[in-house]
Amino acid sequence: MRRIINRRPGRGGIVFWGALPFLGAAALYAVASALRLAENPADKLLPPLSAMAAAVARIAFTPDPRTGDYLMWADTLASLHRLGLGLGVATAAALVIGIAMGLIPYVRAGLSPFVAILSMVPPMAVLPVLFIVFGLDELSKVVLIVVGVAPFLIRDLAMRTAELPAEQIIKAQTLGGSTWQIVLRVVLPQMLPRLVDAVRLSLGPAWLFLISAEAIAATEGLGYRIFLVRRYLAMDVILPYVAWITLLAFVSDYLLRLFNARCFPWLKAGKGSA
Amino acid sequence: MSHVSVRGLWKEYPGQVVLERVDLEIPSGEFCAMVGPSGCGKTTFLRMLLGQERPTRGGIFLDGRPLVAEPGPDRGVVFQRYSVFPHLTVLENVILGREFEGSRFLGKLFGARRRTAEEEAKGILAAVGLGDHLRKYPAELSGGMQQRLAIAQALILKPKILLLDEPFGALDAGTKAQMYELLLRLWSERKMTVFMVTHDLKEGFTLATRVLAFDRVRVDPTDPGAYGARITYDLLLTEKDAVQQRLAAAGARSRETEDRLGTLVATH
Ligand SMILES: Nc1ncnc2c1ncn2[C@@H]1O[C@H](COP(=O)(O)OP(=O)(O)OP(=O)(O)O)[C@@H](O)[C@H]1O
Ligand SMILES: [Mg+2]
Repeated sequence: MRRIINRRPGRGGIVFWGALPFLGAAALYAVASALRLAENPADKLLPPLSAMAAAVARIAFTPDPRTGDYLMWADTLASLHRLGLGLGVATAAALVIGIAMGLIPYVRAGLSPFVAILSMVPPMAVLPVLFIVFGLDELSKVVLIVVGVAPFLIRDLAMRTAELPAEQIIKAQTLGGSTWQIVLRVVLPQMLPRLVDAVRLSLGPAWLFLISAEAIAATEGLGYRIFLVRRYLAMDVILPYVAWITLLAFVSDYLLRLFNARCFPWLKAGKGSA
Repeated sequence: MSHVSVRGLWKEYPGQVVLERVDLEIPSGEFCAMVGPSGCGKTTFLRMLLGQERPTRGGIFLDGRPLVAEPGPDRGVVFQRYSVFPHLTVLENVILGREFEGSRFLGKLFGARRRTAEEEAKGILAAVGLGDHLRKYPAELSGGMQQRLAIAQALILKPKILLLDEPFGALDAGTKAQMYELLLRLWSERKMTVFMVTHDLKEGFTLATRVLAFDRVRVDPTDPGAYGARITYDLLLTEKDAVQQRLAAAGARSRETEDRLGTLVATH
């Protein structure tokens, strides 16, 4: 009998063990839901799958009687727009400020205490300030995502840049590179995949900030809808929305990972099975 | 021309004197091998020649002018490690110097100019024995191959001064012999001044026209950082060919020379 740390599942085993918790959770839900419904057919807390399917059909595939919109798609579009804008701005800021801080001693001296303190400000605590300053519409939600995510991205990238072996930077100088050329040809290409990884890690917080902001003030958006229908205990809408948000987050994470693997073949080079 | 003068040079790190009172005159075209025990400050000396670090006292002069305190294309370097760029292929690593030179803003060459640079790089890579690995990334090369790549990369800009920090440590005897030949050929063709740190005395004697031994002269047992290393032995191998022939002819004799230098380094 070999030790358990040396025993590995095969290919089918990986699929099986991976699927097990999902199936378990689904079965648990189905049983619990059936039990509650048997007791009280009007129960709203754990709606059956059929009820959820009906709700999705209503909000995603029939136009809203009042506005004529397909609500779920309009919500998705609004949320993704805010999220993309917020993450885009934060990423761009991190790229510029992070690399400058990591590479240029004067920028590091000037900015690193400030960014370190800034990153400790709880973003949700400044949300009221954002609403007051930027109004209740789009801008304040995008700014919340930027405020919440950018300091982390900046600090991460600054640290990664500073971790580049000094030999590489010296070497580039002996090859005649100017600061700008070194940024463009040596630092940036090595930092991009790390930035993408940092963005992947910040997807979770970004969604958190988005949904919080939408819950408080919005007229559409995935977070807005969830908190709106909460008043009617509409679990048949909330649960599919949660699943949908999870799926969106998972897919964006997957796409970013794919982007790294596609665009930076040197990351995998020399790591065995290429 | 590249006459290097080192005058009254001291280097101290907090709580530690690394080098003290180093004075040297190195005429243009000299091939200097630097030997000495580990941790005595050879790499530190090389870093100062490179402009990466400043001397605490004294100075380094290049053709009579103080050395520019910043690395530049007149001084090529091969470090002990981390000398190549992991995100560029072998060929891209070597043409990078030409790209920096030829494209101020993008640092990247295209079209005919790129092909010219690539042809030049292929020539150098063939000379270091990497002609068959142009499209590989450094992570896919062995340690010795990476070191050869670093040498090719440093040579493309034809630096006046070449600084090498144990460049052949990871190579087998056969490849070493090839690299010696290449380095000596380039050195004599291009009239470079070479500074090479090595732990292999025989290597130093085979290649160099001058061997510098670094070591601590004084040691304070209660405060090991109190005194730094000096150049304890400065051997000018003017009759280079004769020495080389001697080395080649009699391995025993060369061992004798090694022993002699070894004792000198130890006793000083
Ligand atoms: N950045 C630094 N800060 C403080 N001390 C340093 C620094 N760099 C080197 N030293 C010290 O300077 C001394 C000389 O180091 P150096 O790297 O020059 O040795 P070396 O002769 O190249 O040794 P080796 O043959 O092992 O490569 C060492 O004692 C080391 O501890
Ligand atoms: Mg060293």
